Amino acid sequence: MTNDEIFSKVQAIIVDQTGEDADKVTMTTNIKQDLDADSLDIFEVINEIEDEFDIKIETEEGIETVSDLVTFVEKQLAEKE
Amino acid sequence: MTGIQIVQSANTVPERVVPNDELNTYMETSDEWISTRTGIKQRHVSTGQTTSDLCTSVAQKLLDQSGWQASDLDFIIVSTMSPDYLTPATAAIVQGRIGATNAFAFDLNAACSGFIYGLKVAEGLLQAPGSRGMLIGGEVLSKLVDWHERSTAVLFGDGAAGVLLENVKSTSSAFLATDLQTIGELGDRLTAGYQPVNSVFAMDSTDPHRQYFEMDGRAVYKFATHQVPESIERAVNQAGLLVDDIDYFILHQANQRILDQIAKRLDQPTDKFLSNVAAYGNTSAASVPILLDEAIQHGTLQRGQTIALGGFGGGLTVGTQIIKY
Repeated sequence: MTNDEIFSKVQAIIVDQTGEDADKVTMTTNIKQDLDADSLDIFEVINEIEDEFDIKIETEEGIETVSDLVTFVEKQLAEKE
Repeated sequence: MTGIQIVQSANTVPERVVPNDELNTYMETSDEWISTRTGIKQRHVSTGQTTSDLCTSVAQKLLDQSGWQASDLDFIIVSTMSPDYLTPATAAIVQGRIGATNAFAFDLNAACSGFIYGLKVAEGLLQAPGSRGMLIGGEVLSKLVDWHERSTAVLFGDGAAGVLLENVKSTSSAFLATDLQTIGELGDRLTAGYQPVNSVFAMDSTDPHRQYFEMDGRAVYKFATHQVPESIERAVNQAGLLVDDIDYFILHQANQRILDQIAKRLDQPTDKFLSNVAAYGNTSAASVPILLDEAIQHGTLQRGQTIALGGFGGGLTVGTQIIKY
């Protein structure tokens, strides 16, 4: 899966959970600050990502931007292969 | 047709109300933080009433409302994770206080799913026409909460509620289907009330387990938002119904955000998901019967309607009971 494909899936999940417009969710978006998401929104986004990509995200620490999420997913998928 | 009917319902909560803002006295938190993340505005907290006190009050109300004699009861079950004692059982204390001399009585612990598990057990005990039982969910969770730990203390409250159940001859009421699941391997994600081995023979005095509530928030959130919709779907299928056929979902009141997420996953309007978490917080085994009782007393729930009662929580346990009220 390419970086772009991962991004568009992650973007769709964030849009669905936070109700933001898709064009407001870019790679540099800080999920908590820019999207006014709280800990439960983050729970839900991470849960959806775990299900969508069949990976395990043990901790949400260190995940701040959309780019952090995409990189994390990329690494996990690479380790699976 | 014969069927098991919910004949009466009642609830009792402690008088003392603790609004979110008052919690500032004991920990750093705020009404805004608590209400946006949980939907909780206040909780009722015991100032000394025990679980058996609350449950006895419910039992007495149930008898008064129905006109039944205490001696009419075949059994009393109390679902609780916060009993007065390990023995005697809370249900036995209630049985003694109301004088239900013909009833056998015992407690059932399935945490926040306790009332749903209790309904299944009660159904099994009510196979004979005319048989009658009492099922109560009651908790004093405030004694299991570390009131300086803001990640858990803001969530819980005290209360009790219950129902009288009867196997009735000519009724449209019925228990239609049940789905119960236990995921014991995730049990350590939500714990409370550890009983340490501290006898004179104990080898290790450094026991890491804690007496108070401990919870892995994300794990429990994920469990609830995934397992509850699946359990509801299984139970609805088993009843030969569609999720759309359910008039009301009366689910464990842990967190409004969890309820909203469950509604979303089931593609159901949120107004079918009754809620009183704002007024009571999470009362574990008491939450479903308190909500059910309010729906009955307010006239929201009418005879002939189909409801899904659901619990989820410590164990980890999850359960759904489909009932034609």
